[in-house]
Amino acid sequence: MCLAIPGKLLEISLENGLKMGIVDVNGTKTRACLEYVPDIRQGQYTIVHAGFALKIIDEEEAAESLKLWQELIDSGAFDHDGEMPYSVSS
Amino acid sequence: MKYIDEYRDPKLARQLLQEISRKTTRRWTIMEICGGQTHSILRNGIDQLLPERIELVHGPGCPVCVTPLESIERALAIASEKEVIFTSFGDMLRVPGSSRDLFMVRSEGGDVRIVFSPLDALQIARANPSREVVFFAVGFETTAPANAMAVYQAAREGIGNFSVLVSQVLVPPAMRAILSSPDNRVQGFLAAGHVCAVMGYSEYEPIAHEFCVPVVPTGFEPVDLLDGILKTVEMLEEGKSGVVNRYTRVVQKEGNPVAREVIGKVFEVVDRQWRGIGMIPGSGLGLRAEFERFNAEKKFGVAHIVASESPLCMSGSVLQGKMKPDDCPAFGKECTPLHPLGATMVSSEGACAAYYNYHGNLSPL
Ligand code: SF4
Repeated sequence: MCLAIPGKLLEISLENGLKMGIVDVNGTKTRACLEYVPDIRQGQYTIVHAGFALKIIDEEEAAESLKLWQELIDSGAFDHDGEMPYSVSS
Repeated sequence: MKYIDEYRDPKLARQLLQEISRKTTRRWTIMEICGGQTHSILRNGIDQLLPERIELVHGPGCPVCVTPLESIERALAIASEKEVIFTSFGDMLRVPGSSRDLFMVRSEGGDVRIVFSPLDALQIARANPSREVVFFAVGFETTAPANAMAVYQAAREGIGNFSVLVSQVLVPPAMRAILSSPDNRVQGFLAAGHVCAVMGYSEYEPIAHEFCVPVVPTGFEPVDLLDGILKTVEMLEEGKSGVVNRYTRVVQKEGNPVAREVIGKVFEVVDRQWRGIGMIPGSGLGLRAEFERFNAEKKFGVAHIVASESPLCMSGSVLQGKMKPDDCPAFGKECTPLHPLGATMVSSEGACAAYYNYHGNLSPL
């Protein structure tokens, strides 16, 4: 129940007084309660657990760590021929 | 997909692995708390790609695995009641009690339904006013916001035929219990990213300082995990302790204040039993007195039910990082995902099931 991956918020609605939404999680559309992310806007990405959006993904922070990692790649003598043996499907 | 693919970049993963190798001069034992991370580590073969001197041990962070046997027995008793619609996350249905599981109750005529959200259970209660709808509210700090909101909303709407069987557990007291054990081997922690998304990470600071360990909140993708391991190794090599957040796109120091507020309104900290581990003081959440009417244990008079574990299963040692799943004599023999003896073999997030499913299927570098 805890394998949460991020999803993109497609729609917002109100049900029984609760803010709800449709989230696209890797191609699957799921319903999520948005009460814990009151500021979320359509198109933003969020982490969904047990039917609840728990956090809006911080775009600036994401870009910042990707930048630092890119510097790490650039700094290293990376062997471009190598393939990672791990699976990258979900 | 955005926010997934870039964290599975093989080039970056390999560079991080090289950095980890370069920085490692000694043997280190690091525990990932969260079962979701265990699953991802095993699935991607990360444990086998790391330098030999880094040992990952797998923590107790799988809700299915640590829900105590007595809660399972209480669930089975409630689900067998005629007027009850028993609702649960799907992965709880196959967890073995002493003699049966929820699937068997269903095949014997019990109305057991899988839901994805406790709000779905609440909807079933609205639609079936003449039935009693019970939700099995298990999990860590990641499910607490959902379970708290379902109860809060039921109270707000005055829904009387809804109740919850609560077995809600907390990570920091379990970390303390592991670190306090005389045969503890864990020297650093990868903290569970989504638990921290809810609760923040202030609670880990006193633990890190008291036990002189690094605690690094990280995510679930290979790059996140390798980056978290790299940071932990750097801190270990430099003799540093403390909390360093490496999952900044999701985790803030204060967590999610709205969720924490609702959790605090509905739940209070209580002592909890952990399956395979036993009682850990202050390690769980229970309903506050104002919400006691939603307590399924009281409503159905099952609070007296207790149970004891099968002596064959060693999942308690596995969950505390004292033993690897394949050290268990029953692993892959009497105990498989199809015929699990213990809860760590049931859930895909359980260390035993993750070993069974992924070990041996990889061809490391
Ligand atoms: S392999 Fe099975 S019996 Fe052994 S510890 Fe794991 S769940 Fe228990």
